[in-house]
Amino acid sequence: MSSMMDRQGNFGFRRLIESVGRRTINGIEELGYIFSLFVASLYWLAMGKWRKQPVRAATTFKEIMLIGIAAIPIITVLCFAVGVMLAIQSIATLKTFGAESKVVIGIALSVTREFSPLIVSILIAGRSGSAITARIGTMHESQEIDALRVIGIHPVRYLVTPVLLAMLVAVPCLTILGDFMGLFGGAVFTSMELGMNLTTYAARSLDVLTVDDIRQGLVKSVMFAIIIAMIGVSNGFMVRGGAEGVGRSTTRSVVLSISFIVLADMIFTYLLNR
Amino acid sequence: MTIQSHNMTHTTTPGDFQSTDINHARVPEEVIRIESLVTHYGHRKILDDINLTIHRGEIMVIMGGSGSGKTTLLQHLLGLIRPTAGSIHILGKDITSISALEMHDLRSDMGVAFQGGALFSSMTVGENVQLPLREHTRLDNNTINIMTRLKLELVNLSGFENLMPSELSGGMIKRVALARAVIMDPKLLFFDEPSAGLDPVVSAELDELILRLKQAMNMTIVVVTHELESAFKIADRITVLDNGRILMTGTVDEIRNSDSERIQNLLNRRPRNEPINADEYMQRLTGQ
Repeated sequence: MSSMMDRQGNFGFRRLIESVGRRTINGIEELGYIFSLFVASLYWLAMGKWRKQPVRAATTFKEIMLIGIAAIPIITVLCFAVGVMLAIQSIATLKTFGAESKVVIGIALSVTREFSPLIVSILIAGRSGSAITARIGTMHESQEIDALRVIGIHPVRYLVTPVLLAMLVAVPCLTILGDFMGLFGGAVFTSMELGMNLTTYAARSLDVLTVDDIRQGLVKSVMFAIIIAMIGVSNGFMVRGGAEGVGRSTTRSVVLSISFIVLADMIFTYLLNR
Repeated sequence: MTIQSHNMTHTTTPGDFQSTDINHARVPEEVIRIESLVTHYGHRKILDDINLTIHRGEIMVIMGGSGSGKTTLLQHLLGLIRPTAGSIHILGKDITSISALEMHDLRSDMGVAFQGGALFSSMTVGENVQLPLREHTRLDNNTINIMTRLKLELVNLSGFENLMPSELSGGMIKRVALARAVIMDPKLLFFDEPSAGLDPVVSAELDELILRLKQAMNMTIVVVTHELESAFKIADRITVLDNGRILMTGTVDEIRNSDSERIQNLLNRRPRNEPINADEYMQRLTGQ
């Protein structure tokens, strides 16, 4: 009886090891695929003209409109709200030390270095990353990608490179907007709570902030832009199984993008602040 | 009747016809030559030793039941997948070994209308039709718009250029796909299942359209279908596939009068009566 249980235990353990091994291999394969897509899109950007398939500026601008311009209202509102929340929490915490006036430093540094790139990227991953996956996935399922190929249009050049370029332009620009709105939100609440006028708040913020703080946020936003674009398109190309498959890949794309953004943020914050 | 394997020894030259050295008889120019094509999906053999020649200006219908390998064969002809073995010569170039740049040039001589149309859902009908022109030529906007209207007129859809694909019926989608396929005046047109999902009247209209295109533009047309009526109406020659092999290639009459049991089963819609091995059946059921 006990030897049978041992055998069942061994069998279960073997299945667990197999499952972990298979998932690890699949993960490495997927990372390789994402990296190869990234290299291919850079290749088409550099060599497209010589391969008679230049990356069209019109397509890239269209993507910038969808990813960047259309996201301005929601980024404005959310980053303003984050700035207000930071001010509320900071003033409440600093009040215990009688250092409420130092709230400007906390908000200025945390918004530009951390919150603005993070909030903007998470929002773009949810809003545009998912849309990109759904669009490419649907195109794959309805043979539109095959149609591109037979027309003589390389799908990476037509679908991936413009998205990557648009992300690289839109996410840093939205991060700068997020910086402004976060600081503005903090300023509005601080001025109401502590009676500090907006000009004084702005002057103190500018005293505290250095170019390096803004650059830190922008470097992160560039990395996050690449993560959102590549995870979005790769999940789109990997869609199988009709409408259900599109839904599954879209969800997966958002979860993976946000997870990688947070992990990359942790690593970059550590490296950039050493 | 054309024998399945075509061991052509002559070389192709430009023009509609060419001479052989042996008897100086004029034989049609080869546009597509498939030699010893073999394809696997994993360990499963999908196409087995396919040999086929398609001549300039003819309508070749590739017919067969579900799972016969006709869609895979079409994907090979379009250069979308690579075979395990064999070669496919299209307009004199072996597409299994040419460079990506040569394939890109060759694609401007090929038009494809997919089964579901494969229209780009984010573009209007007009933008769909003119996409190949915008990608392959440097024509100005006016010329492109005129050519787009011309091709839409050809498929009886003039005035529809500003509609989105979601606003079209199944038959209209196929006609737009056809207009997009012929916008570059290709030498070679592929049409995947033109009649699938259409009512008999629309299906007959599409058949007429294919015949009109052949006449007007002197194209070589390859149609993949399992619709017998449509195949017999439009085909100059028919190739019948079964289980990944070519059963027969011949004219409509030759196919109709074939004494092959499998072809007669296909033509007369007779179900296959394959003997069932009781042991194998039990193994399949029990999953052992």
